[in-house]
Amino acid sequence: MRIILFLLRKEFLQVFRNKSMLPLIFMVPIIQLIILVNAATFEMKSIRIFIIDNDMSSSSRSLISKISGSPFYKIVNTGFSYKQAMDEMHKGKTDAILNIPPDFEKKLFKENTGKIQLVINAINGTSAGLISAYTNTIINDFNRKIIIDASQNIAVNASLIKSLNINYSFWYNPELNYKTFMVPGVLVLLVTLIGFVLSSMNVVREKEIGTIEQINVTPIKKYQFIIGKLFPIWIIGLFELAFGLAIGKLLFNIPMVGSLPLLFFVASLYLIVVLGMGMFVSTLVETQQQAMLISFFLLMIFILMSGLFTSIESMPDWAQYIVKANPIAYFIKIIRLILLKGAGIMEIKKDIIILVLFGISMMSFAIIRYRKTS
Amino acid sequence: MQSGKSIIIENISKHYGSVKALENINFSVDNGEMFGLIGPDGAGKTSLIRILTSLLLPTSGNAIVNGYDIVKDYKKIRKTIGYMPGKFSLYYDLTVEENLNFFATVFGTTIKENYDLIKDIYSQIEPFKDRQAGKLSGGMKQKLALSCAMIHKPDVLFLDEPTTGVDAVSRKEFWLMLKKIKNKGITIFVSTPYMDEAELCDRVALIQDGTILTVDTPVNVVKSFDNPLYSIYSDNIYYLLKDLRALSATKSVFAFGQSVHITFNNGTNIEDVNKYLKDTGHSNSNTKIITPCIEDCFMQLMSVKS
Repeated sequence: MRIILFLLRKEFLQVFRNKSMLPLIFMVPIIQLIILVNAATFEMKSIRIFIIDNDMSSSSRSLISKISGSPFYKIVNTGFSYKQAMDEMHKGKTDAILNIPPDFEKKLFKENTGKIQLVINAINGTSAGLISAYTNTIINDFNRKIIIDASQNIAVNASLIKSLNINYSFWYNPELNYKTFMVPGVLVLLVTLIGFVLSSMNVVREKEIGTIEQINVTPIKKYQFIIGKLFPIWIIGLFELAFGLAIGKLLFNIPMVGSLPLLFFVASLYLIVVLGMGMFVSTLVETQQQAMLISFFLLMIFILMSGLFTSIESMPDWAQYIVKANPIAYFIKIIRLILLKGAGIMEIKKDIIILVLFGISMMSFAIIRYRKTS
Repeated sequence: MQSGKSIIIENISKHYGSVKALENINFSVDNGEMFGLIGPDGAGKTSLIRILTSLLLPTSGNAIVNGYDIVKDYKKIRKTIGYMPGKFSLYYDLTVEENLNFFATVFGTTIKENYDLIKDIYSQIEPFKDRQAGKLSGGMKQKLALSCAMIHKPDVLFLDEPTTGVDAVSRKEFWLMLKKIKNKGITIFVSTPYMDEAELCDRVALIQDGTILTVDTPVNVVKSFDNPLYSIYSDNIYYLLKDLRALSATKSVFAFGQSVHITFNNGTNIEDVNKYLKDTGHSNSNTKIITPCIEDCFMQLMSVKS
């Protein structure tokens, strides 16, 4: 126990003597939260749309005014030629084309069905999906209005149709505020990044300088050395989470419905998984550069497949199986459940057990790999 | 200590794949002895020291350090030895005092407790105790490393090429420090590529290509050199060496600084050699008989082996 204390003292001395360390600890959370949360949003603003109106009727004008009245759209141009519209899209000047054919209104009233064409630039699949969803909402809205107008003409009970109006209500995030959704995820990234990078560089640094030789001829035991190495990073990781939460509350006013002690309890377990992985990388490699490259590669996969930027449910089956082995995904899920939904320990116990199993296996791998005698 | 031996090495071999770093090493080191492991770079010195300090497992064979088996009792060995690796391996970002304090505490002792032991060395760097180790000069780093290796009062001190890359004055100073440490009853096992340092040891082992050529006192090693040794100087060492190698009477010849050291087959008349040199155009040559040093013995043993 005494030896561990001395090791800890040494590690903390080194951490705080490292000139890049303190700025890293304080600046990374601020910058990550401000940039990522604001930038990585799926809300669409000013969708550029090209409108071809070959009908020039009151119905088509009414549809167009609905679009131009929406804050999400910006009509870049109107014209009569589909070719001209496609040219604009090729040049990247418009995101979508709404094509209203010549006898739109005539067909609408005579045949009770009018056809319009919506062409969306789907180079970015996510935004294409959103444009499609937004535009459909507007067209549906327009559709309902026509039916109501028409039904008044032919004396059908209008109130019946009106009652079919669907209103959405989003639970746990009523305003569908993207920031509320992003901040907890970015906090997980932060804790993961700091924990993984620091722990993967730590042991290998001693290898590189050669101090591990000197340590190895001392009576320090494996577990003491590992605890001495990882405990400070564990503390830094938890501190980062607290600091990040404070910034999230101050800048984005994120909700904290659930219990913070529970969140920190899960975070402390999660950090053991991350530190175990980092330590494992550290024992595999010989230089800090190799450690950096491997952690970069692993973090990239873990983060992109964590469900933060793309929804896990929309991944193919095989990818969903891979996500099951991604600790980041579990922690993102848990932190959202706790902060936004106020989940208690019983609701997340399954995920906690999985994290504990991850932690035990990663730590065992790391300790087995780290040998005092080669 | 059992049978008065600090280190007993029995048939130690170490292979790295097909490379044989050490082959059947056998020798022992007495208690309180200053033992030198002398050999060129790549001879296997570091491998042997790493095996004896329990950092490396031998491929075969065994060794006893301080009465403990290096494989089975490695934990006990680590408490009783001090090790100073060839490369400076203390924490660059800790100060002199913090480094020393750290190594003292991991061995369960304090600087105060063993201050007497390291006083001679540590007092020289104590004025800089608040300086970070990475910012020390080479000689000071070495003194700090030695202090750290000794802070827990080891019975055996292993030093791997402690004087490599150190200037001549500091080298001399360093060996004086080692003498003092030895006088405190600590067994010292030191490796070095410098032949002149061999003479400062009680006994030396000459190692080459993973095998031990000889183990003896420096005096006896020199005595074993049986042929008279000549030193020949000439303006052009390259041609001198070439011409002497062509001479049938030459037994061994090698360059030694500004001159060549040479031995001849029995019954060679040195006047004939001088005449031969005049004839081959070495008008300025100067031949004299000298007493061999360790390096001469090493070169001879090496040539015998090959």
